[in-house]
Amino acid sequence: MIFFWAFVVGGLFCVIGQIMFDVFKLNPGIALTIFVITGAVLDGLGLYDPLIDFAGAGATVPITNFGNQLVHGAMQEAEQHGIIGVVTGIFEVTSAGISAAIIFGVIGAFLFKPKG
Amino acid sequence: MANKKKKNLPPAAQRYQEFQKHREIKRPLLKNCVKAFFVGGFICFIGQVISTMYIYFFNFTEQTAGNPTVATLIFITMFLTGFGVYDHIGQFAGAGSTIPVTGFGNSVISAAIEHRSEGLILGVGGNMFKLAGPVIVYGVFSAFVIALIKTILTQWGGL
Repeated sequence: MIFFWAFVVGGLFCVIGQIMFDVFKLNPGIALTIFVITGAVLDGLGLYDPLIDFAGAGATVPITNFGNQLVHGAMQEAEQHGIIGVVTGIFEVTSAGISAAIIFGVIGAFLFKPKG
Repeated sequence: MANKKKKNLPPAAQRYQEFQKHREIKRPLLKNCVKAFFVGGFICFIGQVISTMYIYFFNFTEQTAGNPTVATLIFITMFLTGFGVYDHIGQFAGAGSTIPVTGFGNSVISAAIEHRSEGLILGVGGNMFKLAGPVIVYGVFSAFVIALIKTILTQWGGL
């Protein structure tokens, strides 16, 4: 069942994105930024974790999860070290997306030649 | 804001803008949304398959399986971007390929490949986050503000 909900919820995120592109004529970079901030706000309100339980990858694959994880990392450290933890913990949980992008970006630059 | 911009233009340019608005091809919103829904949904479905694999074989939980899934998807994106397949998917699916984390990976990896000719340090290293930079910058900043408010509320506000 979670496969079905992952498909539907993930698809709906993309439809919202498509509406941002087509109706509000937003540049993809700006739309992505709005998505990340939305994810951070949703997690701040405590709504993102239930969504992950409900939709699995439908909630973890869209870029909103990036904002969610940033807040998660900050809150985790904040529980231990108070206000300083907010600054030191931001990248605690998010590591996967950014490090994977950097590592595979560099490997990709070695492996592939630019086209055109 | 758009009106203000218009007033500053000479009359000929204003007439041209009117004309251009009439002639502009309407974007097929419904069709684009359906495409985005199915492609985006499909990418998340693949993500769910990978997640399930990590949960069953590597003892991750539903909450923590997101991390290795994202890394795996970006790994796959590297090949799709390198062979030029992701461009085609992007043209077909619009937001369906941008909103999932694969779109983030694609923007980083394609920038890295494209600027290879400018050298490894300044070309690849310097331009990698040209497109993905704003996402990280404002993601981190908004997360900081939200976590700060939440921490103050829970630790000093007694929530």
